[in-house]
Amino acid sequence: MTFAEKILSVKSGVDRVQAGEIVEVEPDFIMSHDNTASIIKTFEEIGVKEVFNRDRVTVFLDHCVPAANEEHAKNHDDIRKFVREQKIENFFDISYGVCHQVFCEMGFAKPGELILGADSHTTTYGAFGCFSAGIGRSELAVILASGKMWLKVPSSVKIIVEGSFQKGVSAKDLILRIIGDIGSDGALYKSVEIHGDGLQNISMESRMVLTNMSAEAGAKNAYIPPDKTAVDWLVTKGVKDFNPIYPDDDAEYEKVLKYNLNKLVPLVACPDSVDNVKEVSEVEGTKIDQIVIGTCTNGRLEDLETAADILKDKKTAKDVRLLIFPASKEVYLESLKKGIIEILAEAGGIIMNPGCGPCLGAHQGILADGEVCLSTSNRNFKGRMGGSKSKIFLSSPAIAAASALTGKINYFL
Amino acid sequence: MIIKGKVWKYGDNVNTDVIYPGKYTYIRCSPEEMAGHALEVIDPDFSGSVAEGDVIAAGKNFGCGSSREQAAQCLKYAGISAVIGKSFARIFFRNAINNGLLVIESEEASENLSTGDEISIDTEEGTIKSGKMVFNFAPLPDFFSEIIECGGIIPYTRKRLKVNGI
Repeated sequence: MTFAEKILSVKSGVDRVQAGEIVEVEPDFIMSHDNTASIIKTFEEIGVKEVFNRDRVTVFLDHCVPAANEEHAKNHDDIRKFVREQKIENFFDISYGVCHQVFCEMGFAKPGELILGADSHTTTYGAFGCFSAGIGRSELAVILASGKMWLKVPSSVKIIVEGSFQKGVSAKDLILRIIGDIGSDGALYKSVEIHGDGLQNISMESRMVLTNMSAEAGAKNAYIPPDKTAVDWLVTKGVKDFNPIYPDDDAEYEKVLKYNLNKLVPLVACPDSVDNVKEVSEVEGTKIDQIVIGTCTNGRLEDLETAADILKDKKTAKDVRLLIFPASKEVYLESLKKGIIEILAEAGGIIMNPGCGPCLGAHQGILADGEVCLSTSNRNFKGRMGGSKSKIFLSSPAIAAASALTGKINYFL
Repeated sequence: MIIKGKVWKYGDNVNTDVIYPGKYTYIRCSPEEMAGHALEVIDPDFSGSVAEGDVIAAGKNFGCGSSREQAAQCLKYAGISAVIGKSFARIFFRNAINNGLLVIESEEASENLSTGDEISIDTEEGTIKSGKMVFNFAPLPDFFSEIIECGGIIPYTRKRLKVNGI
């Protein structure tokens, strides 16, 4: 059995399930964020008084924090009242950071767990060997009421990585290469398993980039088999008891793809689709108005460290705005201690509070029509960050930082 | 169920940001307001001209991107009775079923239908008819039909929890 078949058979209590079957599961954890406000209304509509199991419910405020206007403030207020009434302890108010990052930092993403979240990038937790998938708001409300949800067992794609990244190339370039190759529907409904010797050269933070952005190829979930790197990371978060699940050697995959990390070059996803992937050289010199370094894709310590290495003792171009969003309070504090924040601010970066920032177009750096943004986030759809005539390019933190120096897309070095 | 309406044709990878922009997702909107924003980024004329019962015929990967449920809801509130596509993004597919919006996978229909075509869909027969054209599709599994017949996953869950005595 593949990882997906194996874990869904365990979690549904069925001996052996196959791709295509519909099973009912009881998730180990559920996750929702600012959208909890609307989920609460649906939960109340169902008519159940108490949530199925308050210890399995996690709620984060991150999508529009601090509240940008009265409407968002009302949402946050409703959520705070709900978690108080329901005695939900796993509530992370606006100071903590982006849900996917904080979820992992808090040790909820344990190997062998099944997690459903009302967010498409719930796939992130697969970096720790979880089965984690995004669902809709009503579905989250249904789980709050009943503890159960239906899932279709996905077929699986295996990606094997070998070698190690060249200088200036990172996990972002690998996932952009994969999405560029298979297309934004290349893994539609599928479970993406990432294997291979190359994994030993990829940090946990970088693995989270891969599982996070698998959603951009349509994946239901992404999975990286937990190894020593994962276990070491979990131990630092105080996570001890877990039961990893690994696919069988004779598991059947719909396709198998191989990538040699040594051969990868820096890439960008061009407007208005994540699979519109080009080499940096093809778009070098494109004028940029705003640069965003952060989000659940690339706002982690190693990302800010990479940016700081490039921007140290230098200044950003006068006509470009560089916005930095540490993915979490933990990342923020670590960056402060390491002097990274100071370097970035000295260089001209604007240090914002941990959160989703302008990624989904709610606040903190909305684009005017005609403006161009280079972002380390995961989506560049038309109008996502503001005006419907604005444009978004996606890249690694290294390319974003290098481009901040000239105000144009370029390589560093 | 028989559905009759005219076709609105769109291309591949119509994503949730263009179906229902992110700036509205955390703002409480009435069904009428949501309907008014439907597809406004790629087709500003849609919400003003769509009629009850109309059908969207899209290409592959319809509804890709965010998990926002409003993408399915705003189309339903605008009057759309079914979305025909070559394929659907998985969360959109779930959201559509869970909100009682019919989704039909038919590569043939998706390729041959054009904006303005009058069509009728027979869900029991599994046919889409437009003029002389007839396209067949596999009916949805019983489990999905049950949710759609209940009017969505919320009424379905209420019914079920009562049955289970919770």
